[in-house]
Formats: sequence, structure tokens, C-alpha cells
Amino acid sequence: MNWQWFHRLGSPRWFYEKTNTWIPWLMLLAWGGLLTGGIWGLAFAPMDAKQLDSYRVIYIHVPIAFVSMACYYIMAIAGAIGLIWKMKLPFMVMKAAAPLGFALTVMVLVTGAVWGKPTWGTWWVWDGRLTSYLVLSFLYLGVIVLQQAFQHRDTADKASAILSLVGTVNIPIIYKSVDWWFTLHQPASLKLTSKSTMDVSMLYPLLIMIFATYIFFTLILILNTRSEILRRESRSQWVKDLALGKSGNGNKEESGK
Amino acid sequence: MSKSPSLFLSTFKRDLTLAFRHKGEMMNPLIFFLIAVSLIPLGVGPEKALLMQIAPGILWVMALLATLLSLDNLFRSDFDDGTLEQLLISPHPLYWSVMAKVLAYWLATGLPLVLLSPLLGVMLSLPSTAFIALCLSLLLGTAAMSLIGAVGAALTVGLRKGGLLISLIVMPLFVPILIFGASAVQAAARGEVFDVQLAVLGAVLALALMLAPVATAGALRVSVNG
Repeated sequence: MNWQWFHRLGSPRWFYEKTNTWIPWLMLLAWGGLLTGGIWGLAFAPMDAKQLDSYRVIYIHVPIAFVSMACYYIMAIAGAIGLIWKMKLPFMVMKAAAPLGFALTVMVLVTGAVWGKPTWGTWWVWDGRLTSYLVLSFLYLGVIVLQQAFQHRDTADKASAILSLVGTVNIPIIYKSVDWWFTLHQPASLKLTSKSTMDVSMLYPLLIMIFATYIFFTLILILNTRSEILRRESRSQWVKDLALGKSGNGNKEESGK
Repeated sequence: MSKSPSLFLSTFKRDLTLAFRHKGEMMNPLIFFLIAVSLIPLGVGPEKALLMQIAPGILWVMALLATLLSLDNLFRSDFDDGTLEQLLISPHPLYWSVMAKVLAYWLATGLPLVLLSPLLGVMLSLPSTAFIALCLSLLLGTAAMSLIGAVGAALTVGLRKGGLLISLIVMPLFVPILIFGASAVQAAARGEVFDVQLAVLGAVLALALMLAPVATAGALRVSVNG
């Protein structure tokens, strides 16, 4: 069958030129969604009966928590594709995703602490979810540190791909064990009020925020990947042309290695 | 491929012989375990009730750190003298040679740790009901940690300063083992049953037995070729 599209995906140049047209649209969707959901959630959604206004952290905390977990899987899957099909681009996506994921987990922890202060009375509790995200941030750190430790780029790519795959197997186990550890150690009164009973007027802005955060994440991941592409392909002709201001699109000449 | 069992045995015997010839290297993690655990009462005070309460966690964390300390040696000398390359180009599956090396490594470092732990338990006034749990959980736990740690050792063997890096990339992966291991000892100290925790540790070990040598083999190929 026609597998050309798949192999073309592996070409950094194709990706770079293709995403030129995506970026404005993604930017529009992301900012539109973030502004709509953010203003709706922070200013117009009704106040919570027990937590008052402090529950509004949910509109930032929960979407980032979703995305930071998804980011690890994107990183690991990209690494696996790179290892299996020996393509250049997935490794660049993987490298771009690691610091992004780390930043996201840090944001989850910070917003969680901000939310914890009024609800639980302290900045930090060893809550099951917070602890899992702490460990997740350590996993991201491991991949970043390993990536930077190698002189040779190919080795660094493959090594961190293997590490992120090993981490993928571990994530569900870590998540479950921390959850179990938490229920054993902490009284149940600290648990968050159940979210399934959330009112629609609170739920809609949250859904918009989750959607917009995913789009925003995609946008940043693409931008990070693009700068990684330029860094790695800086010796190829098309990047040189791009830097010199020559239009790469209408140019028929083949890129020299 | 028919010679794989004999390759497994000869790698295993060679590694064990080497380990016993370097007794100093073998003793270092044990001495670390001993000294580090002795520092805890000096830091938190000699009250028996307090020590009794924190003993399971302390013993487990220190055993984990002692394991991390010795991980760097797992492939280092073989990498330096070229034995690793010979293993890589041999026609036998790398899974079994990795398994043999990890098994020999565990017998030389993990098992002595398990045998030493009751003594340290006495020093931290661990209740006598918890000693069996301590030994059994460490037995399963150190084996699983050796297997998972081998992946980290294989990933960093090509780097000159791999020592600290191994700890950074491997420690988060040890979290489930630490949680269930320490919890088994805590449950036993309170006089409760601890078979659930041991079962989970066994499950982690089984999973590690299946997957970790595969990842280690892949990591060795990357490290040696790169």
C-alpha cells in the first residue's frame, strides 16, 4: 500500500515546511480556547459551596496534569518509532518533549501546592496524585540528564529512547503503588471532593481548557521540534537558504547533505 | 544457539569468580549500609520508640542506596577490557549473558545485604516479628533492583562519569519496590500480615525478569556501538 506519507513524516525538512502553515491555526485555536475557557472559568463559573473561589485552580491544574502525563507517552512513542524505523524526526520530537514535560509537571506541582494551601492548610502534602507527579518529574529529569550526558548525538537519542520506554512500563506501576501507599498512610478526609458531581456550568469551561491546553501543548512541541530541526540540520542546504532569507518552498534544487 | 546454557553458566561462573577476587569491591556497599544506618540514631536520637517506628523505612532506603552504589561496577570492567564487545558479537542471545551477569552480581552484592540486614534491624530495635519480613522483602527487592538497575548501568557504561548519573535515572524506577518493601516490614512490625506486599514485590520481580534483560541488552548495544 501507499506508505509514502509515513516515510515523508521522517523527513525533518518536510515537517518543517508543512508546519509553517499549521502554526497560525494552532496559535489561533490555542489562544482562543485558553482565553475563552480561562475567562469563563475564572470569572463567570459559579463559586464552589465548600472551597469557595479557591477551586478555580482546577481550570489550570487539571488540564496541565492531563497533558503532562500524555507528554511522557508521546516522548516514549516517538523514541520507540525512532528506534524501530531509524528515523531522524521522532528523536527530535522526543528531545523536544522531555524539557516540556518536565516544565509541565513542575507547573502541576506548583498549582497543586497553591490549591492545597487553602483546601488542606499546607503547601505540600504527600497526596497520592501530587507524589505521582513528583516521581513523573524525576523520570523526565532522568531522560533530560541522560540526553545531555552523551557527546555523540545518536547514542544520546537511542539511550534516552530506551530509558523513556522503560519508564513507560513503570508509570502505571508507580502510579498504582503511590496511590496504594497514600491510602495506607493518609486519612481519607484529605481527598478532594469528588469531581463526578461537577455542575455543567463548571464543567464546560474545564473541558474547553483541557482542549485548549492540548492544542497549546501541540503548538509548543512543534515549535520546540522546529528549533531542534534547525539546530541539527544546520549544515544542510535548505536550512542555509532559510537563514539567508531565500524562499525554500519555490526552490527546486535538492538539499545537499 | 544450542550452546546458550553453557554460555550462561560460563559467564555466571566467570563473574562470580571475579567478584570473589575483588573482595574489597564486594564489601564496600555492605560497609556503606552499616555506617549509613548507624548514622541515623546519631542524627535523630537514641529513643527506642522513635527508632522502632522509622526502622523499616530507614533500612529499606539504605539498602536501596547501597545497591545504587555498586551498580556502576556491573558492566564497567567488562566494557573497559572489551569482554562486553565479545559478548555482543557472539551468536548467543544477549538476554542470557545479561541474566548471568545480573545473577552473579546479585549473589555478590544483594544477598550479603539481605544477610546483614537483621543485624542492623537489631541495632534500630526493630520488633522481632519483622525480621522475616525484612529478609524476605529485601530478598525479592534487591533482586528486582539489580535487574532494573542493570538497565541504568548499561545505558551509562559508555560514559566516563556514569556513577552519579545511574542513581539519577534509576532511583525513580525503584519507587514501587521501596513502597512495597518498606510497607511489608512496617506491617510485620505492627504484627499484621504482609503477604500482599510480598506478592506485589514478587510480581515486580517477575516483570523485571522478563523485560529488564531485554532493555539491558538493547542499552548495551547502544552504549558499545556509540
